Amino acid sequence: MANGESEVGADAPAGGFVQLLTPDGERVDSVTTDGGVTYSVDFTDDEYRELYRDLVTVRRLDAEATALQRQGELGIWASLLGQEAAQVGSGRALRPQDMAFPTYREHGVLYTRGIDPIMPFGLFRGVDQGGWDPNEFKFNTYTIVIGAQTLHATGYAMGVTMDGKTGNPDGEAVIAYFGDGATSQGDVNEAFVWSGVFNAPIVFFCQNNQYAISEPLERQTRIPLYRRADGYGFPGVRIDGNDVLASYAVTRAALDHARNGEGPTLIEAYTYRMGAHTSSDDPTRYRIASEVESWKAKDPISRLRTFLAKQQLADDTFFAEVDETARTVALDLRERVLAMPDPQPVTMFDNVYPEGSPELDAQRAAFARYQASFEGSAH
Amino acid sequence: MTETVTLGKALNHGLRRALENDPKVLIMGEDVGKLGGVFRITDGLQKDFGENRVIDTPLAESGIIGTAIGLAIRGYRPVCEIQFDGFVFPAFDQIVSQVSKMHYRSLGKVRLPIVIRIPFGGGIGAVEHHSESPEAYFSHTPGLKVVSCSNPSDAYHMIQQSIVSDDPVVFFEPKRRYWEKGPVDLAGTPDLPLHTARVVQEGTDATVVAYGPMVRTALEAAQAAAEDGRRIEVIDLRTLSPLDLGPVHESVRKTGRCVVVHEAPGNLGLGAEVAARVTEECFYSLEAPVLRVTGFDVPYPAARVEEEYLPDLDRVLDAVDRSFGW
Ligand SMILES: Cc1ncc(C[n+]2csc(CCOP(=O)(O)OP(=O)(O)O)c2C)c(N)n1
Ligand SMILES: [Mg+2]
Repeated sequence: MANGESEVGADAPAGGFVQLLTPDGERVDSVTTDGGVTYSVDFTDDEYRELYRDLVTVRRLDAEATALQRQGELGIWASLLGQEAAQVGSGRALRPQDMAFPTYREHGVLYTRGIDPIMPFGLFRGVDQGGWDPNEFKFNTYTIVIGAQTLHATGYAMGVTMDGKTGNPDGEAVIAYFGDGATSQGDVNEAFVWSGVFNAPIVFFCQNNQYAISEPLERQTRIPLYRRADGYGFPGVRIDGNDVLASYAVTRAALDHARNGEGPTLIEAYTYRMGAHTSSDDPTRYRIASEVESWKAKDPISRLRTFLAKQQLADDTFFAEVDETARTVALDLRERVLAMPDPQPVTMFDNVYPEGSPELDAQRAAFARYQASFEGSAH
Repeated sequence: MTETVTLGKALNHGLRRALENDPKVLIMGEDVGKLGGVFRITDGLQKDFGENRVIDTPLAESGIIGTAIGLAIRGYRPVCEIQFDGFVFPAFDQIVSQVSKMHYRSLGKVRLPIVIRIPFGGGIGAVEHHSESPEAYFSHTPGLKVVSCSNPSDAYHMIQQSIVSDDPVVFFEPKRRYWEKGPVDLAGTPDLPLHTARVVQEGTDATVVAYGPMVRTALEAAQAAAEDGRRIEVIDLRTLSPLDLGPVHESVRKTGRCVVVHEAPGNLGLGAEVAARVTEECFYSLEAPVLRVTGFDVPYPAARVEEEYLPDLDRVLDAVDRSFGW
């Protein structure tokens, strides 16, 4: 896909990627790929500013979660640091009727869906395992088993087609998120096969953050990930994952392609996991500091800020206000996380089956009696 | 040269010795190389034995076990790490349909000396899929051998015995005990064959049978019971398939009471098999039915209630009391 001068930024990997905003904050008008598709964005000044606000807010929320974990208030946290543009751009590209299937790291996508950012914190605090209704929020529960959700997304997308909700500009589309490591799983490859065969209205959005815990990309693939799509018979596009404009433009086009009944697209968002895999991980064991440093220069937020300032779309007052508002949102999140009650132990027997089980009811009753036997004792 | 080491470090020493002893031994799994595994069980091994013997694999469990089968056919002895109990299922087909059946299918011509290491069980405050106890699925599958260690010394010897064995072995490691220390004779040889149970605490009044992470819990219960004047005999099963119930039968004939403890849900768990066989063998010695203390028949719950889900000292003592009250 390496044609069109602007497409291959100085910082692009071999083979290029779609970039509409350079790390220096320069806008690229449009990019045309080898496939003849032209990508561009047409944002109002306000829309640019709101994208910036999204990026800052999701990063600030993420920092708050990292702090909460360190203070022992969360069992674990999977940080999105560095991946804000990939998530906010693709998330904002979704239309309200579109359905998203996240991994465990898509807090930024969740935020752009207009969902209360506290929603996944029960899981990370250990008070529940998610607990939200995917259909209510058009956002599936977080999936921890690597790659499993790509098949769920494919099946959901097949259902969209069966319901006659594709083939027009107001149709529905589905997006499945997963990582570079996930592309090795059988499930993900099966999802590619199925969605191709059934022409499912789906976008596979792979955040290639260069690592699967400690393993670098070369452990998962011999060719750039976006080129895998060729073998399954649908388009693959690589974007600068740290460019929120490219993420938005390419995802929007791929979703429209899907909703129009033209089938799947694979998007590889080339980005970097700036932090540890999760709070349990120690990345100093497997990667060097200079690598992380080099990615700092490609920061997704600072390039948009530079652009806004250069174009005089925003000034320091605006930037300060965005920071302050993000701080308020984060502190509100903190307070509400601290107030989350621990579940009653007996609730572990709830929701095992929609239709219940008399045996389990008896087990629950015995458990309740056993618990009660300690009441009043020094236990 | 007896050293005091953690269970995790004992496994690391055992793996190192296996790599030294046999050039055909390989270690493969996700993050086992530079990182040394998420629990550091393979720490330093890639550095010392190279990337061809300690292999960071693509993120694909079916691939890990499937390719291990091919490597074994080719004469290697792969030791596969599954990162967490809940992630073995993408490999379930390869284990249950291929690993377990190859010897039978080939009329004994193909041996698959594969070890599948699985950190299992709860108690570490983790999110979903990181605290499960899937041992019954594998014990239920003919053609697989299944073991679980409970202390550093057994960890050190049993991992080596499993690697040397020509049978495929599913090796369950009690992850919440990885950091617990005990003496290990690093130059010594194992005092028991792999597929044997061990009496870890002698007693006369009741028999408590456990394995893996629950052995320590059973020992704590025995200690508490001793303060009330009850002598509990604790047996560490060590081998889950085949079971070695000789020592259990002998014990129950002496005590007349038996309690089986495991973290896995009770329904069709290992405890059911032990109870059935003890009942068959020791019927006339039993003063009470064999009782089970297990996880409940629910998916492993959220971390903040796992303490109530997991069998603990109180629940074991409660079962012992009930046995005496029969
Ligand atoms: C089936 C399965 N195997 C192993 C794991 C353990 N694990 C959790 S995250 C991870 C790496 C995932 O890497 P990638 O797909 O690149 O996503 P990232 O975490 O980088 O966003 C692994 C191996 C898992 N969750 N599921
Ligand atoms: Mg990754």
